Amino acid sequence: MSSIVQLEGVNKYFGKNHVVKDLNLSVEEGEFLTLLGSSGCGKTTTLRMIAGFEEPTSGSILVEGQAVEEKEPFERNVNTVFQSYALFPHKTIYDNIAYGLKMKKVPRPEIAQRVKEIMALVQLTGFEERYPSQLSGGQKQRVAIARALINRPRVLLLDEPLGALDLKLRKQMQLELKRLQRKLNITFIYVTHDQEEALTMSDRIAVMHDGILDQLGTPEEIYEQPQTKFVATFIGETNIFEGNIKELAMGRVAVRIENGVIRGCGYGFSRNEYITVSVRPEKMRFSPVPVKGFQLEAQVKDYVYVGSVVKCIAVLQNGMEIKMDRLAGEELPEPGSIIHPWWEEKDAVLLHNPENQVLEMIDSMPLV
Amino acid sequence: MKRKKRERNRKRLSALFCALVYLFLFLPISVIVVNSMNATTSKPYLSWKGFTLDWYVKLFDNSSLLQSFGNTMVIAIVSTLLATVIGTLGAVGMYRYKFKGKALLDGLLYIPVVIPEIVLGISLLTIFALVDIPRGMLTLILAHVTFCVPYVIFNVRARLAGYDSSIEEASLDLGANRIRTFFEITLPVLAPGIAGGALLAFTLSIDDVIISYFVNGQTKTFPLKVMESIKSGVAPDVNALSTLILLGTIVLVVLTQSDLLKIKKKVKR
Repeated sequence: MSSIVQLEGVNKYFGKNHVVKDLNLSVEEGEFLTLLGSSGCGKTTTLRMIAGFEEPTSGSILVEGQAVEEKEPFERNVNTVFQSYALFPHKTIYDNIAYGLKMKKVPRPEIAQRVKEIMALVQLTGFEERYPSQLSGGQKQRVAIARALINRPRVLLLDEPLGALDLKLRKQMQLELKRLQRKLNITFIYVTHDQEEALTMSDRIAVMHDGILDQLGTPEEIYEQPQTKFVATFIGETNIFEGNIKELAMGRVAVRIENGVIRGCGYGFSRNEYITVSVRPEKMRFSPVPVKGFQLEAQVKDYVYVGSVVKCIAVLQNGMEIKMDRLAGEELPEPGSIIHPWWEEKDAVLLHNPENQVLEMIDSMPLV
Repeated sequence: MKRKKRERNRKRLSALFCALVYLFLFLPISVIVVNSMNATTSKPYLSWKGFTLDWYVKLFDNSSLLQSFGNTMVIAIVSTLLATVIGTLGAVGMYRYKFKGKALLDGLLYIPVVIPEIVLGISLLTIFALVDIPRGMLTLILAHVTFCVPYVIFNVRARLAGYDSSIEEASLDLGANRIRTFFEITLPVLAPGIAGGALLAFTLSIDDVIISYFVNGQTKTFPLKVMESIKSGVAPDVNALSTLILLGTIVLVVLTQSDLLKIKKKVKR
């Protein structure tokens, strides 16, 4: 595998607004890469720079090894599927899909053949003479995808393409898109703010936050080993604890938090360091009696039934709520009872906490 | 029962009201049509002397009247074309680019529309006199373009309000350059707005009197000619020509309306 799109030190300013900050990213040929982040994190701007609608303020973008920052969108071998579909309202579905080939002066019979093939691929045969206004949202979406794919781009850019669809259709289209990508073996760069969508579809996920690439990895890595607090909280549900390291030995760490002591394992930390500990609800356990190594007490507040699991909400002594998943049907303590939460040391993710360096300083100051 | 009666009365009243409104609108027009077939030959051509179509024949002997009508058409067509091109480019430019003072420019567009025509007429005459352009066809066209451009801009801009500019990006993305994109995408989608603006400009140009009065020099347009002849009562041949113009307008409106509807249907999302 070789990289087909490369961003090297890309920065983008809108006026004084620094929206993409020193971005380095290498997209492998044939992979499904998702740019994930909340709105305003710079993911769409990044996509638009690859497509050529925005010019990077600095840095370079390479497609198939060639610098493209200076090239117009129509000179790049990438195609885009827009969030709003952007179908041409005055052209029929056939003419919409044929547009790219017509611009490239492909002979008419070949255009007809290729349109026919692609329309069959996206299951739109029979809609040739309709206008975009006569189609449903899902159908428009498929036209937008067909219109881009017919040009056989090396890279397809998708900007929240499923954002306007209802949940059921969205789930269905996620699978269809993934299937299409495998079948055609085209590199997809996909922008979304929906973490579940990203986990379902991607080979790799690039989590962006505030213009910075926080973490790049497979869905498993992103979920199991988040490298920043933002990634840990943005992807899936989690419980966050913050405190100072009290003991550490051979990677086993005890952390003093406001209401007790918790444990985890990780390397590269130092004694007294102020760190963040993230534990997924499904990794949380509890026992009626204190567990060795842990000093944590909580009161069961409520249970929420969500089908496959029961979410248990418990309150720590300082009022912080923690979430624990239990299998439905399991025997559960009455609301109001006192429990002792714990987890396997390996199931806790320990994170350096640059934001809290100030707190650390304050902590180490002698009391006046 | 009472309720039903009241309902019936209400319906009758609204029908009556509607009839009165249309009567009010169309009575003056019908007077012209009727009078164009009046056989009277004595001034002020108002008493009914029987039906005739003579005036429609005589009309074609009145060369100065025909000449003025020809002038009006030439001015209307040329100034509509110019105003439509300038106005469309202006509207698209103002929509697409953000720049300092854009709001001010937007507001200034309303000035030529709201100031009294007589002021615009005097201003234009002063300018033409200052730069010494001989008054005639050229100054008439320039003046008409001036007051038509804002109307075209307004019309095209109304169309742009519901316009999704990402379709232009999609076109660029699919390999069309900027010029191609303008003619393939921007222009056809804006066409109804442009056509509406052009139609408005055309009508405004055809019936303008006040501004034309100031800048016409020796050239007579049809409305000016009619104004002139009013001193001696409106001659029935003028009525005849007016009726023909009316007919032409109706045909034009019916054609464009049906065409506009067709385009609208396609473009509606």
